[in-house]
Amino acid sequence: MNVRNALLSAASAVALGSSASAMECGTITLGSAISLTGKYATNGVHAQNGYEFAVSKINESGGITVGDKCHHFEVVYYDDESKGDRGATLAERLINQDGVQYMLGPYSSGLTKAIAPVTEKYRIPMVEAEGASRSLFNKGYRYLFAVLSTSEQYLASAITLAAEKAKATGKDPSEVTIAIAVENDPFSLDIRAGVLEHAGEHGMRVVLDEKLPRDLSDLTAILTKVKLVRPDVLVISGHSKGAATAVRQIGEQRISVPMIAMTHCEAADVTGNFGEFAENILCSTQWAETLTYEDPIFGSAANYNAEFKAAYPEYAEKPVPYQAAQASAAVYVFKDAFERAGSLDREAVRDAIAETDLASFYGQIRFSEAGNNIAKPMVLRQIQNGRYNVVAPSAFASHDLIWPRP
Amino acid sequence: MDQILFNIGLLFQFPLVNLKIVIDGLMIGAIFALAAYGLALVWGVMNVKNLAQGDFVIAGGYTSWFLVRTGWLQGLGLSDNAAALIGVPVAIAVMAGIGWICYRLVITRVVERDLFTSLLATFGLAIMMAQIMNLLFGSDTQSLKLEYDTLYFADGLIDVPIAKLIGVCMAAGLAVAVILFMKNSRMGQAIRATSQDSRAARVLGIDTERVYAFTFSLNAAICGAAGAIIVMVWVIQPFYGITYSIRAFVIVTAAGLGNLPGVIAAGLGIGAAEQYGSHVFGIGYQQAIAVLLLLLVLVWKLARQRRQRRVLE
Repeated sequence: MNVRNALLSAASAVALGSSASAMECGTITLGSAISLTGKYATNGVHAQNGYEFAVSKINESGGITVGDKCHHFEVVYYDDESKGDRGATLAERLINQDGVQYMLGPYSSGLTKAIAPVTEKYRIPMVEAEGASRSLFNKGYRYLFAVLSTSEQYLASAITLAAEKAKATGKDPSEVTIAIAVENDPFSLDIRAGVLEHAGEHGMRVVLDEKLPRDLSDLTAILTKVKLVRPDVLVISGHSKGAATAVRQIGEQRISVPMIAMTHCEAADVTGNFGEFAENILCSTQWAETLTYEDPIFGSAANYNAEFKAAYPEYAEKPVPYQAAQASAAVYVFKDAFERAGSLDREAVRDAIAETDLASFYGQIRFSEAGNNIAKPMVLRQIQNGRYNVVAPSAFASHDLIWPRP
Repeated sequence: MDQILFNIGLLFQFPLVNLKIVIDGLMIGAIFALAAYGLALVWGVMNVKNLAQGDFVIAGGYTSWFLVRTGWLQGLGLSDNAAALIGVPVAIAVMAGIGWICYRLVITRVVERDLFTSLLATFGLAIMMAQIMNLLFGSDTQSLKLEYDTLYFADGLIDVPIAKLIGVCMAAGLAVAVILFMKNSRMGQAIRATSQDSRAARVLGIDTERVYAFTFSLNAAICGAAGAIIVMVWVIQPFYGITYSIRAFVIVTAAGLGNLPGVIAAGLGIGAAEQYGSHVFGIGYQQAIAVLLLLLVLVWKLARQRRQRRVLE
């Protein structure tokens, strides 16, 4: 069956495009409200590309076999303009007017938070890939599943790393001092909570703890203080504007902190924009193409990276963002769940998703009771000679950490 | 509270930090003053409160950024630095054009109408501009990193990026040019006459429609220059306009219309006060401090007015 389908779709792809094979198979329609305009547009488009890439990849490789009938994925998108109320309205519309039975998530924790009550109300399973806030998973949602690691894990491993380094140089981890500058939004505050938790475990002292405004364009006030109090670790999280501003001004002000960890380095393209200013900064990531994960549809992480670049030439010059990879993983979770459920019944599919234990190019996916993925660790990469090299956790590290930063 | 006391303690423990904060504040204040001066012009001459002020600034920034990124000038053998500097006059020219189009399409219909109409119209303009920039350039933050060095003083504590210094000099030069223009040129005199009494100016043969159009494009051009300087030193993003709009309003309200030295002083003052405030209370309160200052100035002005009235009685 699979072989026949594969041959058929290969033949039709050459001759007629994919429409001929689509006639053989049924269609499973997924819905997604996603930010194609507004302030999240860049990452919203990354996510949409990730969904689309996975859909075409899964359809090409024979689609989804439910029972003994083959199906193809199709996704209905609406633009939520990066606004929560709009997202919730569009989710209603997808469910009530378009009859969508299964949802893919929007971009950002805020939008996911706005849409989750709607999908919950209509009992629509939603697999999301772009909302990492902890607060999504303490509301008792039954139909919400997330393939990514939650946000309090983003920079917590940097604190562990600092403790390791302190021990290695004969210092007690409790002597390590930490400066924190995070944006005042749910996602970044989670990151702060994770850092504080880990710092507390090691008895480290937090010497600076500041909240960044939403329209941040100047960090000099904080960096001046950093210069004065000389912490051992500096943690920054403020989406791509925070990363861009921080890297630029850290370079200009010659901030010499032994360890600097931040989020959104790739999104802000700090290596491309600021060159040597970005050297030796630690960046957290959900996924990296150098990791050794793989699966039968997408191949290895490196293979995903290469094929994605071939399908979307606009990514040729930069690393494929993890936002795209995790979006693809969400579609893959649906394929796996449909096949295990063996039916298109919503409740059966929901239960199958809850029991997912899937090895994918994006990492292991297994959901907790609350719906977040507990099987995949967060990765820390260090910018070394303009390249992102994995340095933690040590099981996946391809390079040694450069510490302290020169 | 502990954090605040600790922060104040730092100021005394390292006295040189005060100097650094003032320098940083003055540098950003110079840019605020530039955007505010354009607003004072439009407000004073046309009685239009332009809420799109900040979006003109950001549009100017994108003009210069786009010019450098496309690499046309570099193709002619210029360096990135030179291209960014040329970006400033180019942004002035482009924004003057955009300002003129905005005037013809929108502003001409709301001049001399009540406050609410012009606020609504320019608010719409602001939303339009932010979304158009978002569609054209994407929502990522952008900036130009130029190959200029940074000067360091006092053991590296005080840093002055040369790019910032150039930006401040350009802002100062531009302010002087505008002052001279307003004082000495025929158009400048016509603008001042119109702002004093538009009906009398019309009676005396001044084409006020032309004066309005010119004033509005001049404002957009000044904002464009501010934006082109900002992109060399800080970062821009399609939705950052509001930050500059708020500062411009605070500065103009505090300084009063038609008071150029006042606008400059208020701009520099707000820049420095914000830096001090964000040092002591945390950077999250930066904008709150600007608005608080405005409140204080208004209260003080009101009190002074009361006193004067009492003298008249």
